Amino acid sequence: MIHETYSTNWLLARWETMTRIRRAEEAIAQMVERGEARCPCHLAIGQEAVAAGVCAALTRRDSVWGGHRSHGHYLAKGGSLEGLFAEILGKETGCSGGRGGSMHLAAPEVGILGTVPIVAATVPLAAGAAFAYRMRGEDRVAVSFFGDGALEEGALHETMNAAALYRLPVIFICENNLYSSHLHWSERRVADNLDKAGEFHSIPGDRVDGNDVVAVYEAALAAAGRARAGEGPSLIECRTFRWRGHVGASYDLDVGVKRRGELSQWIERDPIARVQAALSRRFVRGMDERRAEIDREIQGALEAARRAPSPPPGRVLEHVWQEAACAR
Amino acid sequence: MRTLSYAQAIREAHAQLLASDARVFVIGQGLWSPWYAGSSLEDLDQEFSCARMVDTPVSESAASGLALGAALAGMRPIVFHPRMDFMLLALDPIVNQAANWSYMFAGQVSAPLVVRAVVNRGGEQGAQHSQAVHAMFMHVPGLKVVMPSTPYDAKGLLIAAIEDPNPVLYIDDRWLYGATGPVPEAMYQVPIGRAALRRKGSDVTLVGISFMAAEAVKAAETLAGEGIDAEVIDLRSLKPWDQEMVIESAQKTGRAVVADPGWRTAGASAEIAAEISAQAFRELRAPVERVTLPDAPAPTSRTEERAYYPGAADIAEAARRTLKRPASKEAAA
Repeated sequence: MIHETYSTNWLLARWETMTRIRRAEEAIAQMVERGEARCPCHLAIGQEAVAAGVCAALTRRDSVWGGHRSHGHYLAKGGSLEGLFAEILGKETGCSGGRGGSMHLAAPEVGILGTVPIVAATVPLAAGAAFAYRMRGEDRVAVSFFGDGALEEGALHETMNAAALYRLPVIFICENNLYSSHLHWSERRVADNLDKAGEFHSIPGDRVDGNDVVAVYEAALAAAGRARAGEGPSLIECRTFRWRGHVGASYDLDVGVKRRGELSQWIERDPIARVQAALSRRFVRGMDERRAEIDREIQGALEAARRAPSPPPGRVLEHVWQEAACAR
Repeated sequence: MRTLSYAQAIREAHAQLLASDARVFVIGQGLWSPWYAGSSLEDLDQEFSCARMVDTPVSESAASGLALGAALAGMRPIVFHPRMDFMLLALDPIVNQAANWSYMFAGQVSAPLVVRAVVNRGGEQGAQHSQAVHAMFMHVPGLKVVMPSTPYDAKGLLIAAIEDPNPVLYIDDRWLYGATGPVPEAMYQVPIGRAALRRKGSDVTLVGISFMAAEAVKAAETLAGEGIDAEVIDLRSLKPWDQEMVIESAQKTGRAVVADPGWRTAGASAEIAAEISAQAFRELRAPVERVTLPDAPAPTSRTEERAYYPGAADIAEAARRTLKRPASKEAAA
């Protein structure tokens, strides 16, 4: 247990981030079940340590790029809860102005320039942002979050080669939750070797327990250090599991022969419970109050999102074209 | 005013943009080779360094994605595809991402990306080295498309594309590289979305795109010899396109020929002809004619290429049809 070397405050901050993501996504699951949220919602419940661990190794000026399952990345990087809920409800006050829904999140003020659901689409964009940072001589890193399914897309391999060639300050974070939609990795690949995906391009690869926020943080910090030192990209495979199904609130237990057994094993490895256990060994008090505080925050954000106006239909053609460039 | 070739004008626009704006860089295939870009990028790597003239591996998708990511992060990249056919491997970053980015995030992030694609028609290069697929991109909301036909516009439209906060697809044509014309030395912009009136006339409107705009000018000269006074409009921009100038001209002449270097079905010419037919319906005195490539991939042999690519003679013939004039002897033969 390496947790012992980390301060209680540090562990509490990670616990808080992960709990905020968990409770927000549980609220979203209820919104989906009630029919209140109608856009496709892909939940990352069970995977919170990846977003929380990686973003703890970043500064506000670093950027993160995600995909269809990016609520956690958005919240861990500092995106607002109300903006997320309002976006999922299609409200004008949503983080993407009600234009994106769950799958298209932006929070430029904290380094999220966009998450999109085309698999691996933001991988080259993250590398491109890193290219811009390097060209301008800025001390910034771009993080590309993608799932194990993205390793089966060509754009990712092209990008790894280019990122290595140009020694770009980009970190490739593979959240390997074992399933791409309904397909287990063994139905898609012959070997369980995603951490080796960068070897052909001389990109160092690391495999970490994606349910251990400290292990994820340490790997991300080392990768960020390499990126900032001009040593180029890194790949980190974070082994994890999504408790819920590919999309929506269900657990997808009818999908794949192994999922039911796997789920109970992975719930035992709950990333939040692990940090909580470390905190309780330190006799940290008031965890229930802290959780209640997060729930109040979530409830308040949700209510504000519900009260917010929907975009008026008369503005459906707005923003097809930009009038002026936004400085980033 | 100085005279430059089309290729020299493109090169000068690049050089002036690179010199005046640190955010501008060029990324793509063939930048350090004399083969791919002709003289349109000659020695820019020497002048501005390989760090700003980035010759990439054959990774159209990654190169375009990298350019887009850099644009989102505040740069002004030009991603270069020396053959438009190969650019189809980068449809995701161009169509799904760049074109949608502003809309998906309600204008919070702009994608000021210039995608430059070269049409390499002819030369016995065949179906995968010569396609002009501009119409596919004209279809996409959020993406501007320009196709200059003169050295003046080649320079001014590239500068305008870089200054535009939206993604712009800039398409040039290798068959025009040797064309010469006046080009000011200073930097200037040709406004995107405005056509150019190349010749005033009263009998028939010839609307040309890219190479076919140059052919339309030649066709008008032939027609003038036959007493037919053709008005010639060089469209220059396909998205948005100058409906005002085209429709007004068609209303005035009552006849229109659209000459497009792309395919016929669902092509750029179809869109333009449809709008002329709808908006100038009362004034039209003949159906709108279209001169396009046939709906077939490009052949390679010289004899078949001659049959495949239309030119000034075909435009003139289409104009005669709108006027119910007898076909020329050459066309009849």
